[in-house]
Amino acid sequence: MLQYDFMQNAFAASGIVAVLAGVVGCFLVLRGQTFAGHALSHVGFAGAAAGLLVGVAPLWGMVGLTVLAGLVMGGLGERLAGRDVAIGIVLALALAFGLLCLHFLTGSAVQATALLFGNVLGVDPPTLWALGGLAVLSLGGLAVISGPLLFATLEPDLAEAKGVPVRPAATLFLAVVALAVAGAAQIVGVLLVFALMVGPPAAALRLTGRIGAALLLSAGLALAEAWAGLLLAYLSDWPTSFCITALSAGVYGASLSAGGWPARLPSRR
Amino acid sequence: MNAVTLAGATLAYGERVVLRDISLAIGERDFVALLGPNGAGKTTLLRAILGLVPLRAGSLRVLGAPARRGHPGIGYLPQARRAAPHPRLVARDFLACCALHRRWGPPRLGRAVRREAEAALDLVGAAPLGPRPLADLSGGERQRVLLATALLGRPRLLLLDEPLASLDPNVQREAVLVLRRVQHELGITVLLSAHQINPLLGAANQVLYLAGGAAALGPVDRVITGPMLSRLYGAPMEVVRLGGRIFVLPGQAVTAENVRDHAAV
Repeated sequence: MLQYDFMQNAFAASGIVAVLAGVVGCFLVLRGQTFAGHALSHVGFAGAAAGLLVGVAPLWGMVGLTVLAGLVMGGLGERLAGRDVAIGIVLALALAFGLLCLHFLTGSAVQATALLFGNVLGVDPPTLWALGGLAVLSLGGLAVISGPLLFATLEPDLAEAKGVPVRPAATLFLAVVALAVAGAAQIVGVLLVFALMVGPPAAALRLTGRIGAALLLSAGLALAEAWAGLLLAYLSDWPTSFCITALSAGVYGASLSAGGWPARLPSRR
Repeated sequence: MNAVTLAGATLAYGERVVLRDISLAIGERDFVALLGPNGAGKTTLLRAILGLVPLRAGSLRVLGAPARRGHPGIGYLPQARRAAPHPRLVARDFLACCALHRRWGPPRLGRAVRREAEAALDLVGAAPLGPRPLADLSGGERQRVLLATALLGRPRLLLLDEPLASLDPNVQREAVLVLRRVQHELGITVLLSAHQINPLLGAANQVLYLAGGAAALGPVDRVITGPMLSRLYGAPMEVVRLGGRIFVLPGQAVTAENVRDHAAV
């Protein structure tokens, strides 16, 4: 199957995005901000559709609007807490706005499906390079903020008292999440970004309580699920996004029954 | 040198002034129980010492310098956040991630930081908890780990905001014994807010009682007295000692509600 260019591109693209989503998703799950990731992907749909309408590649429309939304959410900070209704309405509005943009385009049904549920087999080399750039940028950004971010995640009040830049780290983190969401949406679509950004890290954090191991395991699981999903899709001719999402859900389900057994073993010194 | 010195300090929680024109000094190596009814300004005072709340008036010096955010000599155990889920991280990694990453850049989870985390766990007698996930610990065990977090960086002043809340009496007693031992071993000052003096009798050598915008600092027997508390509350208060324990009651018109509010002190 790897003699086809589109399969090579699909494996490369999903590999890049899986590692990115697995790592960024770990922080997202630890921070309890998975809903923010979901919100950003909905906003991304509007950005991508608007991009199509004005003749910009959907990826860049998505990146632009998700990063903007991430920074706004970070700026609002605690004021967003408990505003489920307002957030839900903004999400619905974003999806509806995307729908309106697609309405003005002809042949919108195919594009709508590609945006909502992903089209990894349609990734071309320029998109592949763009995804690589996004991954380097957001992983680099994450490396810079990860120290204060982890401290602020685990002990927000203590971190604030210790003079840790809590707010800037949280805001920049949402910008990093926005980039990862835009990348993940290219593979599995805006509606299924949870499959790559939440499933693998949630399973990893159930399987190990060590932070370094959790990051590696999360990236590894995301990569394995993405590639196995592609393979399954190739063999069965089912949608790739379904295969990846089903694997992600299956691995998370299995991790629930495994219930953190390695952490209960005596620690290795 | 005093650990904390307030001179004519006025503190507000949002717009509401909670402490007015307070002057007092907490000596080094004191173990101070910070008491008072809800909303009396206990947390606000702690946050002011941390440099997180600016003073409306007066001055506040901490460890010989004006209060400022991020003072390395202060350890802090914040009030428990009820909504926060407990992470699946093992206690040792939790501590390592909290070990003073003030600068940008990835956390340093190298051997030195892990040793520091283990030393802090050791200090509070929680070394066996190191490899266990925080989410699997009991309330008392988790509190020990959080206390270890507050002790990272070997502070000289330890601020504890309601560390005994939601612990059952036996666990409270254990926690106070640990605190007292740590205080003696490190020779540090402890300022601990609480709703009850009784678990702290024998550990705290000073009481800082806040009520009605005023404050009184001194030994337990001098501060928790009818006349002193009546002056603070601006209403008659009665102190009853019973079987080595102390109960504070409103001096008149005891209603069920009043007893619930004040007997706990």
